[in-house]
Amino acid sequence: MWASRVIITAERPQWAMAAARSMTGFATSVIGCKCEAGIERHLTADETPDRRPGVSVLLFATTGEGIGKRLVERIGQSVMTCPTTACFAGLAGENEVVVGGQLRYFGDGYQISKRLNGRRFWRIPVMDGEFLVDDRFAIQPAVGGGNILILGKDTQATLRAAKAATKAMREVPGIILPFPDGVVRSGSKPGSRYKSLLASTNDPYCPTLRGIAPESKVIPDVDCVLEIVLDGLDLNAVHDAMRRGLRAAAKRGIKQISAGNYGGSLGQYQIRLYDLLKDSKPANDEII
Amino acid sequence: MNCLPVNDISNIEMSLTLTLHTAPEVPLEAEAINPDRLVGLSEAEIAALSVYHGNQQAAIGDFFSVSGKGNSEFHIEGDLTRVKLIGAGLSRGRIVIHGNVGLHVGAAMSGGEIIVEGDALDWVGPEMSGGRIVVKGNAGHLVGSVYRGGRIGMRDGEIIVHGNAGNEVGNGMRNGLIAIGGDCGDFTGVNMLAGTIIVLGELGWRSGAGMKRGTIVSMHDVELLPTFSYACTYQPTFLRLYLLHLQELGLSIDDAYISGRYRRFSGDAVELNRGEALLLKS
Repeated sequence: MWASRVIITAERPQWAMAAARSMTGFATSVIGCKCEAGIERHLTADETPDRRPGVSVLLFATTGEGIGKRLVERIGQSVMTCPTTACFAGLAGENEVVVGGQLRYFGDGYQISKRLNGRRFWRIPVMDGEFLVDDRFAIQPAVGGGNILILGKDTQATLRAAKAATKAMREVPGIILPFPDGVVRSGSKPGSRYKSLLASTNDPYCPTLRGIAPESKVIPDVDCVLEIVLDGLDLNAVHDAMRRGLRAAAKRGIKQISAGNYGGSLGQYQIRLYDLLKDSKPANDEII
Repeated sequence: MNCLPVNDISNIEMSLTLTLHTAPEVPLEAEAINPDRLVGLSEAEIAALSVYHGNQQAAIGDFFSVSGKGNSEFHIEGDLTRVKLIGAGLSRGRIVIHGNVGLHVGAAMSGGEIIVEGDALDWVGPEMSGGRIVVKGNAGHLVGSVYRGGRIGMRDGEIIVHGNAGNEVGNGMRNGLIAIGGDCGDFTGVNMLAGTIIVLGELGWRSGAGMKRGTIVSMHDVELLPTFSYACTYQPTFLRLYLLHLQELGLSIDDAYISGRYRRFSGDAVELNRGEALLLKS
């Protein structure tokens, strides 16, 4: 997995957030959306390059080339279109993809290049003035597809635990939870009996298939399973967020917390939940 | 570019210091005073390097006492008004001039940094292609300009003048940034090809004459040539980056400049008409 950080600024925080929401829409899974994206956090004016309020967005894709294409599409359609915004690279590094250098053609010859402190920007004329965007965005290797599965006695208890977990996980820098409000109910397993599908429903964790699915992992007294998927800029961030998520999700009504393993064959990292919990303190309301 | 504070004299003892002991009677051409040439040389070797005193060959030691060892930073002390071409062709390192400096400081430099604590005469950083020159006092004419007969002036880099500057700032400039903390003379940005000139004080007459592309910014109103046409009044986001950058470099930037609205004029219509003058709307 590769990742890039995008800093969106605007005259008002709500416009920066509007652009960020649009940019991170339909970006839940690389399987169906070609990328995974989410809002990392709000930025105060003191934290942004142009000293305007902003939002930090992380975007993940399976290749660096994919990151470049998705950034051009999403910044072009979701950020440039949003009033008063500007868009800056949020990572530094040698691996870069050209973004502003592609979007500039929208300027139809009226675009202006500016170079400051070794960085090139493009000023693209738009109807409220100019859209300012970095020529290049740095990308870096990242960790995608970290997950935890919360098995609860019913929907309400499981949702409550999932909400507490996502809230705790979002506090870790360099992390996004790409699914709606951070939670996914249609967890998937790799492959399908239908040849055209890359992934299909995670039948071992579907409560309705207990007794039908050959290897059901829905234990007794569990009627709801929710998954939290996370992507991080590095393994430490993913570890930290998962650890916080595990602790926060351990609430009344939760029978088990697990993670998708898929036979240990999917992805390059294996994160063992028991290892994460070593040396970490339980939350105040955690049910042991 | 990370730079040490200019007044951090703790570093002086560790680096090379040239102190003027004999003021030249006629201009001294001192291209040799350049870290590219001095790194690794002993005091004696540096003192023996040749300079031109008028049309006579002389040695650095005839005019300067040398102490310390040549490394990537060195200091020059004394009134250097008659010393030309200090840091010409500089590509790395740092020169701190504790006083005034003569013509052509940093000419055609491509990297590194030159700090002038006093004033600089004409031709600061002509045809430079990289690096940074900071003049804490005033500068003469033709800051960051093209030499007579040439076509392209400053190609990249930064020139920051805290005080005033003379005529033809950025003549033929193609890229980079020139910032003037005070006022400018006439013909600022004349024949400019691209790049950015920011003047916190007042612009002189005929600014931007013959400019093809590029940006001239002023925080004061000015009567532009009739070949410049008004476009709109807006807040250029890119300018915030430039002004914040200059603020970091120690130039006094009012918050009103950063958040202000600017009147945009396009010009020069006798050329490509792709240049712009941005004047802060009071």
